[in-house]
Formats: sequence, structure tokens, C-alpha cells
Amino acid sequence: MKYTEEHEWLREEDGTYLVGITAHAAEQLGDVVFVELPEVGDTVSKDDEIVVIESVKAASDILSPLDGEIVEVNSAIEDEPGKVNDDPEGDAWFFKIKPSDTSPLDDYMDEAAYKTFIG
Amino acid sequence: MGAPLQDLKRTGLYDLHVDLGAKMVPFAGYEMPVQYPLGVLKEHLLTRNAAGLFDVSHMGQVILRGATPTLSLERIVPQSIAGLAEGRQRYAFFTNDAGGILDDLMVANRGDHLFLVVNAACKDADIAHMRAHLTDCEIEVIEDRALLALQGPAAEAALSSLVPSAGAMKFMDIAVTDSDFGELWISRSGYTGEDGYEISVPNAHAQAFARALLAIDTVEPIGLGARDSLRLEAGLCLYGNDIDTTTTPVEAALEWALQQPRKSGGDREGGFPGAERILAEFENGASRRRVGLLPEGRAPMRAGTELYASEEAESPIGQVTSGAFGPSIERPMSMGYVAIDHAATGTKIFGDVRGKRQPVTVADMPFRPATYKR
Repeated sequence: MKYTEEHEWLREEDGTYLVGITAHAAEQLGDVVFVELPEVGDTVSKDDEIVVIESVKAASDILSPLDGEIVEVNSAIEDEPGKVNDDPEGDAWFFKIKPSDTSPLDDYMDEAAYKTFIG
Repeated sequence: MGAPLQDLKRTGLYDLHVDLGAKMVPFAGYEMPVQYPLGVLKEHLLTRNAAGLFDVSHMGQVILRGATPTLSLERIVPQSIAGLAEGRQRYAFFTNDAGGILDDLMVANRGDHLFLVVNAACKDADIAHMRAHLTDCEIEVIEDRALLALQGPAAEAALSSLVPSAGAMKFMDIAVTDSDFGELWISRSGYTGEDGYEISVPNAHAQAFARALLAIDTVEPIGLGARDSLRLEAGLCLYGNDIDTTTTPVEAALEWALQQPRKSGGDREGGFPGAERILAEFENGASRRRVGLLPEGRAPMRAGTELYASEEAESPIGQVTSGAFGPSIERPMSMGYVAIDHAATGTKIFGDVRGKRQPVTVADMPFRPATYKR
């Protein structure tokens, strides 16, 4: 698992990456009530705002951690946004991206570094 | 316990909130619990299904004494206070010369004096305003009492187990009652759309009283987060968001809160700040109106969202002033102001959410019917 300073996690699956938000981020957001995901087939650039999350507190944007193509989205969390609070680092992944450039991964944190980052 | 965040005050229940695992945030100059470990959604639903206990001690409690404090107060509020029976409470607001709203408040008639509860963020200004205009009254600011709200269908049974007389009270009744927790000032009211009570308790007994209520298995502590979604489902205004010095009572759809004696042709017509504009708007209407708004889909339409008559229109016709997801109605809900020709229930308009025009329908409020014990 790799982690970004935007509190996203990335998990490799056969050359693609599943992306979601960390348990820490889900806790900070509070109860999630709305998720809007990108479309399968979208070509995205790193730092594009591609997911909107609304919690009981506020709206947040989730940035793409990589350049690439969206190859799958987890529609189940659009139907049941509360899953993001229940299992943020498991079933409640957001999208799967096929990267065109994996070099940003070198800058992302491992679990130990992320734990230090969030204090 | 850490040092207080800069210049923030704490209520008499601060230690209890920390013990209960609350997330504390700055609110109106106080460190207040925004949520407990249960979280906002579950706290909201628990209040609707059982009973929620809220610390609202940051609100101002004021006693007004004088020869005729009812008539004195009528000089600065457009409500009939002289017509308020002893033992009863009424919703009111202070108005300014332009007909805007300085604050909204509760006024209780306790026989030889009035008891007022005002908003935390406005209380210093309210007290200065009263001292300036009510020079014939003695104004006592109560600093040694906490204020708790107990709201929800299980509130009556819970409070009655500690204060047996509470069950006989009706909506907007008030009582002063001796108890194991000192003298309690109870009103059967609240700001969630639920049956329930607000209870003023001496600070010395506040923690013991709150813990006694929380020991009842139907009662859980509820933070400000759920308080906001509860009041919005109930169609109730949040001062500073939905009403302020620039909104008049008629614009704010608060006509129900003015009684006949203060309106045109009444025994005590006018005689409050802004009366000319406010009474004229009663006759002729206002150019905009506060309405309920139900967005299509699941995305909340938050405060500040600009509203448009069509997907193409360039000039907004209004703005959202409160918006959230309604846990009980299981959909997003908002309220806001729209130009009067778009204010009819059922009118379809559009809100600009993240650069997209999202359809939203003007709707009646409350979004969820109140359950007051009238």
C-alpha cells in the first residue's frame, strides 16, 4: 500500500491501482452521505479532482494520484455512501486506475511514513 | 485536560463532554461538542427514535424585571408579550429600524418577571440592546446556570423519572420546580421538531443532572452537528444563516410568529423597530421569501449555493442559506431565499453546485412533521 498526503491509499492489482481514502480521512470527514465517481474510460491527470465526497460536515474533492485511465469504479459506494465510513481501506475503494506514468508512486508514503505523517 | 483553545469559554459540562469522547470545536466563542463517538447521523436518528441530550449552555439566559416588563419588551420585539399567559413561552425576535432581525429568542412569562433565552453568538449584543432600550427594566444575566435540551419521543418518560411533574406540561408550557438537582427552570420546547424539554439547572448540579439523564438507557448525548440537521428537517431557522439583520420577518416566512395585537388594526399596533416596513410587508408581501428546497439526487446543496430560474439563466434569483443531508427523510434538504415569483411550492429551479446546474424543487417545510405535545 502507498499513501498520499491527500489521505488516499493505492493498492496495486496486476499493473492497475485501486484507490480509496484512509481510515484517518474517513474519521475526519464524518458520516459520508454522497459520493460522485468518475466514469469508466475517463482519462485523468494527476491532481485532477475526480471524486466528490459529501459528509455531514462538508464537501471534499478527491484528487487523482496518477495520470492514467479509469478502468473500474465502485458504484456500490454511490448507492451506499456509508460504506466509506464502515470499511474505507477495504470494500469502499473508489476507483481503479491504469497508470500511464508510475513515477509519482516513488514520492508516496509507505504505511509507517503515513502513520508518522498523520501523527 | 489541556488548556482552553484561545479565548474560548467552556460550559459547566465541558468535563462531561470530554469524558464522553466528544469532538470539541469552537462555536460562538465556546468550546462545544460537535459530535460524540456515535457520529452525526446516528445521533440524529437516535434523537428522532429515543431521546437526545444537548448542552445548550452557551445560549444566554436573562431575567427581565420591571413594573410591566411585558409591555417594556414589546418596544423591541414585534410579538404580543402582554398577551403571553403566565406559565407560557413564546418565540420572538428583536428587530432593527430597517425591519431586519437582530436575534431570535424565547420569552417565558414567569408571573412577576420574564425569562429570556437568546442565541450564544448574539447574547452580548442582545444584552446591550436591552440595556439601551429597556431602561425601565432590571436586566439580570444568569451566569450560574447550565441549559440542557432533552429531545425526542423518549424525553417525556426520561425527564418524568427525575421530575414527575414534567409529564403534565404541554408544548411551550414552562415551570419552576424544586428537584434533587436544585431549582429547575423547565420549558416543554426545543429546536429539533421533536417533543421535549429545555431545562435550566444550577451549574453546581449540572453534571449530576446530565449524568442522571444519560444513565437512562433511552438517552444519549448529541452534538451540534446533529442539532443542525434536526432543526433543518424541522424547517427551523439558524440565526446568522437563515435570518439576520438583512432579512425581515415576512421575507423569512415568519408571519406566524407575530400576533394580531401588534399588527395593523391591533390594540398595540406597531411600536417596535422597523414596524413601518414589517407591517407594510404584511399587507403587500415582500420581494423575496425563505422557502424549503429539495434537491434532486443525493448531493446536498449547501449554504451559499446560488439559485437560478433555469439551466441557462445568468442572474441568480436567490441563494441557499442552509443545506445538509436529512438523515430521517433520507435525502438532501436546503432552505434559502428566492425571488417571490419563484417561491410557490413545486417551482422547479436550479442550484449551481460545483459549476453544474442541479435541479431543485421549492417545497413546504417542515421537511419532517413536528411531534410537539400540544
